[in-house]
Amino acid sequence: MAGAGERHLTGWALTNTVVIAYALFPVWWIAALSFKDPSTLTDGNFVPEKWTLENYRGIFETSEFTRALINSIGIALIATVIAVVLGTMAAYAVARLRFPGKKVLIGMSLLIAMFPPISLVSPLFNIERILGIFDTWPGLIIPYMTFSLPLAIYTLSAFFREIPWDLEKAAKVDGATPAQAFRLVIAPLAAPGVFTTAILVFIFCWNDFLFAISLTSTTRARTVPAAIAFFTGSSQFQQPTGSIAAAAVVITIPIIVFVLLFQRRIVAGLTSGAVKG
Amino acid sequence: MAEIVLEGITKRFPDGALAVRDVDLTVGDGEFVILVGPSGCGKSTTLNMIAGLEDITDGTLRIDDQVVNDKAPKDRDIAMVFQSYALYPHMTVRENMGFALRLAKVDKTTIRSKVEEAARILDLTVHLDRKPANLSGGQRQRVAMGRAIVRDPKAFLMDEPLSNLDAKLRVQMRTQISRLQQRLGTTTVYVTHDQTEAMTLGDRVVVMRSGVVQQVGTPQYLYDEPRNLFVAGFIGSPAMNFLHATLEENTLRTIVGDIPLAADVRQSLERQNAPRDLIVGLRPEAFEDPALVDPGRPGNTFSTTVDVVESLGSDVYAYFTEEDWQPTATSELEELAADSGLSETGASGHQVVVRLNTATRIREGSRAELWVDTSRIHVFDPRTGVNLTHHENRGG
Amino acid sequence: MNTPTPATSTAPGVAPGRTAALSEGARQERRLGLLLCAPAVVVMLAVTAYPIGYAIYLSLQRYDLRFPNQASFVGLSNYAAVLSSEFWWEAFWVTLLITVVSVAVELVLGFALALVMHRAIFGRGSVRTAILVPYGIVTVVAAYSWQYAWTPDTGYLAALLPSGEAPLTEQWPAIGLIILAEVWKTTPFMALLLLAGLALVPEETLRAAMVDGASAWQRFRLVTVPLMKPAILVALLFRTLDAFRVFDNIYVLTSGAHGTGSVSILGYDNLFTALNLGIGSAISVLIFLCVGLIAFAFIKLFGAAAPGSQEAGR
Repeated sequence: MAGAGERHLTGWALTNTVVIAYALFPVWWIAALSFKDPSTLTDGNFVPEKWTLENYRGIFETSEFTRALINSIGIALIATVIAVVLGTMAAYAVARLRFPGKKVLIGMSLLIAMFPPISLVSPLFNIERILGIFDTWPGLIIPYMTFSLPLAIYTLSAFFREIPWDLEKAAKVDGATPAQAFRLVIAPLAAPGVFTTAILVFIFCWNDFLFAISLTSTTRARTVPAAIAFFTGSSQFQQPTGSIAAAAVVITIPIIVFVLLFQRRIVAGLTSGAVKG
Repeated sequence: MAEIVLEGITKRFPDGALAVRDVDLTVGDGEFVILVGPSGCGKSTTLNMIAGLEDITDGTLRIDDQVVNDKAPKDRDIAMVFQSYALYPHMTVRENMGFALRLAKVDKTTIRSKVEEAARILDLTVHLDRKPANLSGGQRQRVAMGRAIVRDPKAFLMDEPLSNLDAKLRVQMRTQISRLQQRLGTTTVYVTHDQTEAMTLGDRVVVMRSGVVQQVGTPQYLYDEPRNLFVAGFIGSPAMNFLHATLEENTLRTIVGDIPLAADVRQSLERQNAPRDLIVGLRPEAFEDPALVDPGRPGNTFSTTVDVVESLGSDVYAYFTEEDWQPTATSELEELAADSGLSETGASGHQVVVRLNTATRIREGSRAELWVDTSRIHVFDPRTGVNLTHHENRGG
Repeated sequence: MNTPTPATSTAPGVAPGRTAALSEGARQERRLGLLLCAPAVVVMLAVTAYPIGYAIYLSLQRYDLRFPNQASFVGLSNYAAVLSSEFWWEAFWVTLLITVVSVAVELVLGFALALVMHRAIFGRGSVRTAILVPYGIVTVVAAYSWQYAWTPDTGYLAALLPSGEAPLTEQWPAIGLIILAEVWKTTPFMALLLLAGLALVPEETLRAAMVDGASAWQRFRLVTVPLMKPAILVALLFRTLDAFRVFDNIYVLTSGAHGTGSVSILGYDNLFTALNLGIGSAISVLIFLCVGLIAFAFIKLFGAAAPGSQEAGR
């Protein structure tokens, strides 16, 4: 009996190890690369022989990367705030109110969730040039918040449906005005859902590459994923491998932090809209 | 504390469905009134209209002599206990109970003392600083009660407050609510689908069906003098037995024998132009084992085959079947069957239950004699469900 | 009831206003609902519907960004040019191949992962944390990791191959590696959706099947999968549409060289390398139509319910 149980446990341990290794090894590899000394960069070793922070020092010395990092953070944050605010309003209406056109709204956001971004790149490229927002922060914030709105609306309305409706009634009977019922009862209960949605939207914006390379042309608004693709190496004779690896690790850190801190919520948020829906 | 008056209260939903029709009801100051009926009868909608959580389509609602139709719930000074308790999950018990007072801008020390007083009454003192998630079902229910009583409102509205508790706890809480209401003397409207709760708790009971009030009265009155088939079948447990009867001259032919009609009943039947086929209602306690009845007592003795005998210690229930029951299926009977779950059992024939003294010798599966007190029959018109033996229909 | 009761007359001024008050309440709710949705709707329309309309307009023009003044209306000739070009068809078949293979592999792997997470006796949390990393990580970062891994001299994976092999420079190996990168990145998302679906299969139903004599495989095939059908279809629909617009991985891994470009890469190249806005827009519109066709097919053929559709009307 004990033997069988142990074998069972070993089996699971093995399975779990395989899964974790599968998930993490490309991350480890790029991290290893970023710590390699330029002389050993091409040795193909899985573990650096000579550890160095040289690559990190390199990318933080030039404005090419720091500027892109600021762009990435600023653009993703602003787009997230706007998308979550607009999404919260719409999701509240979808979850709580009776009004005509609700199906149209849901259908439209579904459509946009399926929309191929490349189809928008050429018209947006031209429109933004005409409006003078090409290669600016708003030029990226606008498509980001639009494409993350469906995600925000779905996730938030799923969360809002979970809030017990009776509580608002109870608050009303307890003497609350609608505003008080919202501020004192509904808002504290909705906050976790809004927060989770914000993380998902942020990851979405942080991740984008297509818009970032299409709608920027200089370092003015170029975000890190796009900037990496334009890295040239610190000297003409050098491959930018080390710099790219280091920059990649830097922009991966926030994601890892989010995942470690909020994994339960991220999972709930990712699946609530799609499955229970 | 206040009187609640409903005049012609009607609720029509936007889709046109009529949920409550023309309800007239006066709940006296300090009175405990129960709204009871099967699900979908409009009792909760009525309560929500009193609370102000649903618009009133038509009619007038007065609380404490003020028309409150268009007032928001917060301006009605009423407290409500919800079926789900609706406790605020992010607040402690103390904060939950003091929430209404906090909104009313009562000063902190008063809130504190009122909450602690209510907590003492409800035995919640040690739980005051816990969150609802850490409480048991019974404790949550008491917090919901506490939230209502700290307010000292004009009225309590309770929407099936005990139905989420297990059977044993429900009985205990029932007594506690009764005691609490007597002690506070606050006007209370209580909604339930459980007729036992209705019978044991209320000063008066309002039986509703399909949005219409069927009868209002004290529990005993409703039990003794149900106005129609629905009330007769809904009130009482086990429920009243309904038997098929044929009227011949002055006699009702039933499977429990021929029952002679009293003169006032016969007059009532004539006045109502009753058909030949009728429904007779007999409560289980109208039956007895003939061996245990005084020989001189008037009544019928008949013989039948007893299918099942259940001994409860204090009573014995015996069941037999009326095989040739023709379902004079009135909508009332169908709804009653659905409510009691009878329509779900898939049993054939029509079951009759009788309550006997524990001294009875009747055995399961055997042929047995039973006695029935024919003076306690109710006669219903199957077309309308009206109780032809109701005292208002008899005599002059 | 329309019959006015005498009682209403004792409350003057209440009866006439009441029905109006109700509809007023309902109207207010409507107005609030529309008002709350309006900003989101305006943004979504302005940034997607208007540009796609503009893209259709552009696609009917000869519009070379080097000579913007020579733009002129050319009807459908841009579409004719695209559809008769072997580049489009190669990109189309490559995209389709990547989509079908990666989604199929993801479904199988995702199911395996979901079952591991659903049934694991321990370490469930760490497995879940680990698989969220591929989901969250920036696609470009992962793509560079793969690229360096497969580049001769730099990568450990390339080192496993016979020397002289550079898989990213040959069409079929490169497509295989693109699929691998896609699968790695998006299987976790698939697995999470399927895991949520698994959670909806009642444990008791599975026990009943066990008592009825179903083997583990039969339980999976005859009970779990049918019950999860809606979740599976939603996951498949989303992933198929997502895979069809593959761009980031290809851009980094091969830049679309050696016959590995997807339709998105083709559109991008026409716009930013050839600077041909007319042709680029025609490709954009064609991709949009393809995606629409895939979604339509899913909904019609498999009856995939759009998420939220059941509760669209409260």
